[in-house]
Amino acid sequence: MRTRSLTGTGTGARARLVAAAAALGLLLTGCSGGDGESSDGRITLRFQSLAWQDESVQANKELVKEWNAAHPDVRVEYVQGSWDSVHDQLLTSFEGGEAPDIIHDASDDLADFAYGGYLADLDGLLPDRLKRDIPERSWETTEFGDGVYGVPFLQEPRVLIANKKILEASDVRIPTVGKPWTWAEFRAATKELTAGEGRKPGAGQAEYGVAWPLKDPVSATLNLSRSTGGRLFHRGADDKVTIHYTEADAEVPAVIHDQVNSDGSASGATLGMGGSDTLPGFFGGKYAMVPLGFSYRQQIIQQAPKGFEWTVLPAPAGADGATQGVSPQTLSVSEDTPHKKEAVAFIDFLLQPENMVRLARGDWMLPTGTAALADPSLHTAKHGWGTGAALARELLPAPAQSVRGYPEWKDKVATPALQEYYSGAIDRAELKKRLEKDGNLVLARYQR
Amino acid sequence: MSLRTSRPARAGQYLALLCYLVFLAFPFLWLISTAFKPARELGSLHPTWIPDSPTLENFRQAFDEQPLLRAAGNSLTVALSAALIAVVIATPMAYVMARQRSRLATAATGWVVVSQAFPFVLVIIPLFLVLKNLHLINSLLGLIMVYVVWSLPFALWMLVGYVRAVPAELEEAAAVDGAGRLRTLVSVTAPLLAPGIVATAMFAFITAWNEFFFALVLLKSPEKQTLPVILTHFLGAEGVADLGPLAAAAFLATIPSLVIFAIIQRRITGGMLAGAVKT
Repeated sequence: MRTRSLTGTGTGARARLVAAAAALGLLLTGCSGGDGESSDGRITLRFQSLAWQDESVQANKELVKEWNAAHPDVRVEYVQGSWDSVHDQLLTSFEGGEAPDIIHDASDDLADFAYGGYLADLDGLLPDRLKRDIPERSWETTEFGDGVYGVPFLQEPRVLIANKKILEASDVRIPTVGKPWTWAEFRAATKELTAGEGRKPGAGQAEYGVAWPLKDPVSATLNLSRSTGGRLFHRGADDKVTIHYTEADAEVPAVIHDQVNSDGSASGATLGMGGSDTLPGFFGGKYAMVPLGFSYRQQIIQQAPKGFEWTVLPAPAGADGATQGVSPQTLSVSEDTPHKKEAVAFIDFLLQPENMVRLARGDWMLPTGTAALADPSLHTAKHGWGTGAALARELLPAPAQSVRGYPEWKDKVATPALQEYYSGAIDRAELKKRLEKDGNLVLARYQR
Repeated sequence: MSLRTSRPARAGQYLALLCYLVFLAFPFLWLISTAFKPARELGSLHPTWIPDSPTLENFRQAFDEQPLLRAAGNSLTVALSAALIAVVIATPMAYVMARQRSRLATAATGWVVVSQAFPFVLVIIPLFLVLKNLHLINSLLGLIMVYVVWSLPFALWMLVGYVRAVPAELEEAAAVDGAGRLRTLVSVTAPLLAPGIVATAMFAFITAWNEFFFALVLLKSPEKQTLPVILTHFLGAEGVADLGPLAAAAFLATIPSLVIFAIIQRRITGGMLAGAVKT
């Protein structure tokens, strides 16, 4: 999942600072802007892409080239963006009237822009083909109020990447998409796969059964908790959102907490790590499994030592099945562009099923479009594509998708609270208290 | 009291210095090591200082994927120009502020300190709008202006200190010897100030060379982007990185600063007391 924490640093405080700066800026200067139309009537649209992997950048550039060859009157200019600071960069561009016409971002970064009036409402502009092709649950990630402010096109579930040799040599049942582990089975399996710190692992064992990379624990926790019915954010009749940490919300965090603190089947050292940091230990046989985003497969292919065998397993399922939350990557149109129709036409071209497949393969992610998802190349056993593709129908919007104030709640309340809980510094009651009491105070400020 | 130190004490001092040097050098040495490692060694549980199978593949990939040379050229243009302009503006200002003790000079010094507290994010939008009206968005000239303004307060602050360190008595002695104001400045003050000016220029250069956010926001055309912006193209979301090419590109990005430091540091030390001796 492409989450806000890394796609931007736009906390509430920062947003207010930027808003104040914008007001000051507008007082200092007037506004002017071009309309992207040359004297011969040719339109030029700027498309800011956040593609970063070589294959993905190539796919995007090729598609832009193909579009330009077929549409001499509407030229698209490829602009390379960066996930780092994209939120602040876009906000500045919007305020300065210099935003790209077509914008690549993540759905959980769109709320502020959509409510701020920076993004065009695409409802009514989108072709029926595209509307029908992308499932309603994916559209929900880009719907704010009554409008649709982006087209969700790529997504990735969290999966378990497992050391195949260890797993097959053990006595644990190997889960499938049809019959994933329950969270209880998962906990039992990781115990079974654990030799213990400093002990020499026997056949079918690693030092630890699992390594949870939880440097950014909030999105992982919330999204996986959808499988147990966790919602955390509850919208009342007055449309205000409040936080309730229920039993359903507590189930997944409790498993992780117990694996680290009671069973010793999860390494405590990886709690502060990012996904990439756990890979050397995984390759070295220290961990039997690592829960990671689906796109991490590319890094594994690049970095795994020769002969290292790995497999992709579905994440554990709960009372609600194998569902989990995701924040898809999106394409939006700037409200300021006078060429919305042309921008949407380009998005429609970019997201034709065969093109969506090219983009998905380039990013090692899954397309949201049902036609693209049916492409045979995404259903091969190789590199776990088939497992991921089969999980796509279980993906739901991330719980905090449209909650204003979520970034501040995440940074100031949830991240430290969950980190302390997972490391054993606080108990479940304290976690609940902090998430609810402190969290609701934060959200209330955004909902006055 | 003797200034001599005992042998164990001196050994201790050297040891402390060595530790400090190792501490300083570690990230850079690790960067070099990573830049030459093949992808499979990057994922090793037991990383080594010297790559088992050193490769230039990361450099090839970095150059293939991103226009590093062009970006380095842009960074160099922007950083050198910003450093030069900042020093040219700051030096006379610093001289006045250091030598003329007045309320205005005190207020100016206070403002310099306060201006350092402004966060980037607060100034970026007004700045963006001003530059837009001047048609300086997406222009290296616009970025140079931003960097000059951004580095000027601290450059001024540094230079005021250097000017104060030059004894006013030397200037008075020169005046007694019959030197005019300009001659005194050129022959006495300037040589003594040279190391400070060079150090300040280095500061302005490094600030501009490393700066990311202004460059990201202000430069839109790929052909105008600077190195720090290009380096982020090796990073994905959630901290995922194309580590090998990133390290290779980052290593290359440090070379101009190192070369300039190597050339200039001799000037800094060599010029320390030049001009203090009457010829």
